[in-house]
Amino acid sequence: MTKIKEIIEDTGAFDCVECGKCTSLCPVAKMNPDFAPRLIVVKAQEGMEAEIKSDKDIWSCITCEICNDMCPYKVDFTGFIQRMRVEAIECGNLPTRSQAGAVHSMERLTGRGQKQNRLIWLTDQLKVKEKGDVYYFTGCVYQLGILYQDRAPELKQVPASVVRILNAAGIEPVVSNEEVCCGHDLLWSGDEDSFMKLMDKNIKMIRDTGAKTVVFSCAEGLRTFEMDYKDYAGDLGFEVKHISEYLLDLMEQGKLELKSSSSKVTYHDSCRLGRHMGIYDPPRELIKATGTELVEMSSIREKAICCGVNAFVSCGEVSKKMQVQRILEAKGTGTDIMLTYCPKCMIHYNCLLASEKKPKEIEDLDIKVKDASIFIAEHLKGGG
Amino acid sequence: MTDFEPQIVAFCCNWCSYAGADLAGVSRIQYPSTARIVRIMCTGRLEPQFILRSFELGADGVLVAGCHIGECHYISGNERAKVKIAATKELLDVLGVDGRRLRLEWISASEGIKFARTMEEFTKQLIELGPSPLRGEVK
Repeated sequence: MTKIKEIIEDTGAFDCVECGKCTSLCPVAKMNPDFAPRLIVVKAQEGMEAEIKSDKDIWSCITCEICNDMCPYKVDFTGFIQRMRVEAIECGNLPTRSQAGAVHSMERLTGRGQKQNRLIWLTDQLKVKEKGDVYYFTGCVYQLGILYQDRAPELKQVPASVVRILNAAGIEPVVSNEEVCCGHDLLWSGDEDSFMKLMDKNIKMIRDTGAKTVVFSCAEGLRTFEMDYKDYAGDLGFEVKHISEYLLDLMEQGKLELKSSSSKVTYHDSCRLGRHMGIYDPPRELIKATGTELVEMSSIREKAICCGVNAFVSCGEVSKKMQVQRILEAKGTGTDIMLTYCPKCMIHYNCLLASEKKPKEIEDLDIKVKDASIFIAEHLKGGG
Repeated sequence: MTDFEPQIVAFCCNWCSYAGADLAGVSRIQYPSTARIVRIMCTGRLEPQFILRSFELGADGVLVAGCHIGECHYISGNERAKVKIAATKELLDVLGVDGRRLRLEWISASEGIKFARTMEEFTKQLIELGPSPLRGEVK
């Protein structure tokens, strides 16, 4: 079987009945009439492999998965795109990477075997272990905070905030300097080889720590472990959990207490955590547990608007328009803070908010996009 | 490692440092031949990625050289570079590549001697640091 046939089979693209629901819902197609998910699937069915591989459209998709969610025949369009991108790279159809591909290089550089200093954020007050049941996968959030210091420098506080919350619940998580990036952006930009290298290192390293549960504060890391690592490597030998689910469990057991606050926030469903992983309620319940008033935007959960960029590929006019739309929605709730669990969402929204020439619609808007883990850490009982 | 000769990628701005390197050449000032010079229009154009990629491909050090502060041909390009290089150094430290392998210098078109001396100093420093930990596996 040829590669494309295999991909069509695996992603259920043969089931497509050309109803066009994907194209009518696709946020990219709304703003870029040349792009149509349906057309790509039809081309695949017709065996026009070379055309798909060499077409720039393969990079226009933002993999937000609205199409998958709404497809009546459950075609995995995002999975199709992910795997076709690997093929596209092989025939020289390269994506336009943001910042010339700095994030991709940074991710590859974590896995070259040198001794990293990735636990630089660890202070004496934070209690962590080398071996234990609970592993906290920090991912590349600290490094992103450095690289995007002009947009989202607070990302550097995320790992310390998460450990502080876990410590307050009496848990000393395992963290490791041997950890490498999960490889999410490499896989979604077609660099399968580098992704596999990072994956093998991470799985082996976590198994060596003897951890039974791996906790993620990053939506992309969670998706990559739960869906992609399992696809490529089979059973991982440990359970993966999002921090919001894990903390809710701890609260039910009475181990974690949050102090009440009178603030008002809104919550942004990142596509990785929401549509990809189906985690909608735990983050909301956790925010509400602080007594904070959660005001919902008009498009939430399965219909949430995406931040417009995936894997730092093809950021452009369409992405900006989607970001403006989302920021306007957030402001429409009457709150000044939009919380999210995805570091990339934070970077992309702040890229718009921090730009020198803001689009007219949002020129005078004052809104802050904030990482939800930092927000929860600020609401810890006993000082926080 | 007595026979270790570091490989340096030197990004020089068109208006000052590249001319400075030229002057060092035409004045026949001797300096170690460890650098591969890449001419860029302004240090403000330099993406952190150029530096990361250089290290990824096995460079032992990266030198970024531009006009003195206040003398940038594009008014403030070098000020941008200063901020970006500081962040990239921090990132290199976290990645375990050692931020000292990245060096920023202001070298004007008349400072051929300074260019040669910078190359000497940087080469010496890199010999002390030893080969880059990423050198072995060049992709």
